[in-house]
Amino acid sequence: MKRLIFILPVVLFAGLAIFFAVGLRRDPSKLPSVLIDRPLPALTLAGVRPGDAGFASAAVRGEPALVNVFASWCLPCRVEHPLLMRLRQEGVALYGIDWKDKPADGAAYLDEMGNPYRGVGNDESGRAGIELGITGVPETFVVDRKGVIRYKHVGPIMPQDWDDTLKPLLDTLRAEA
Amino acid sequence: MRLLALILLLLTAGVAQATLPSEKLSDPALEARAEAIGRQLRCVVCQNQSIDDSDAALAHDLRVIVRERLTAGDTDRQAMDYIVARYGNFVLLKPPFEAATLALWLGPLAVLLAGGIGVGLYLSRRRTAAAEPKALDADEQARLDALLNEGDK
Repeated sequence: MKRLIFILPVVLFAGLAIFFAVGLRRDPSKLPSVLIDRPLPALTLAGVRPGDAGFASAAVRGEPALVNVFASWCLPCRVEHPLLMRLRQEGVALYGIDWKDKPADGAAYLDEMGNPYRGVGNDESGRAGIELGITGVPETFVVDRKGVIRYKHVGPIMPQDWDDTLKPLLDTLRAEA
Repeated sequence: MRLLALILLLLTAGVAQATLPSEKLSDPALEARAEAIGRQLRCVVCQNQSIDDSDAALAHDLRVIVRERLTAGDTDRQAMDYIVARYGNFVLLKPPFEAATLALWLGPLAVLLAGGIGVGLYLSRRRTAAAEPKALDADEQARLDALLNEGDK
């Protein structure tokens, strides 16, 4: 009985140590999304250039797609952009939301870097971003063919993220009914 | 004179806020509710500040939205739920009391109780040991007598 009581603090400490070892390694800036397994919020955004088609949540249907939130003033967005252009060439459905950006700046950014999106809308006020629970850019949502958000990637999509996480997920979603 | 200035400075230091005058609602009752709600919502960019204290652009957006919801007639609860529905429970500076956060709420109390019981047991064991010295057995009694007799010589 006495031995049991002596061992107890050690066990408690080990438990706490594991708890902290796991918890403190997590990145607090990467908030888990509340929108997982919920439908993409109904958003309709005007295009960055007058006359452009813009972004509509209703269009993100029929095949698994990526909804990428970016901005012209965002440096990591520039870092992930070449990958997005490559994905477009590979046939991945990409949609863009230009967050807290003047439409003219967004248009200039796309002219300079290229436009990988099937539809891109401007969210100058940031309201669409709040509907999506955005805390910064870039953030990318993986949406299945029924328009349900299945995954959120915070930060730029690096080739590793694509190969290890996003591509397998998209393949799985494509195989779904 | 300097003391007076210092006192005045300290008195006003407590009301520092990031809320811009242009954001404030004209209705003081609504504005007071909005500020009370704002103090309970975490700025998800700065994370340790409430949206009332944070200068971040996102905090500004959230403050505006809280005021809009209140002006539209939402109750305090509804306005907070609106934000929580989009950002999750993490946005509440006071986490809700539910199954997932049970460990967070009760953990410190549980550890305190466990420690308190441990100390209590330790003290009571010491007290009983001190109160009842063990009776000497035959061998020890003989040794004691021998030592005492030695001392008398």
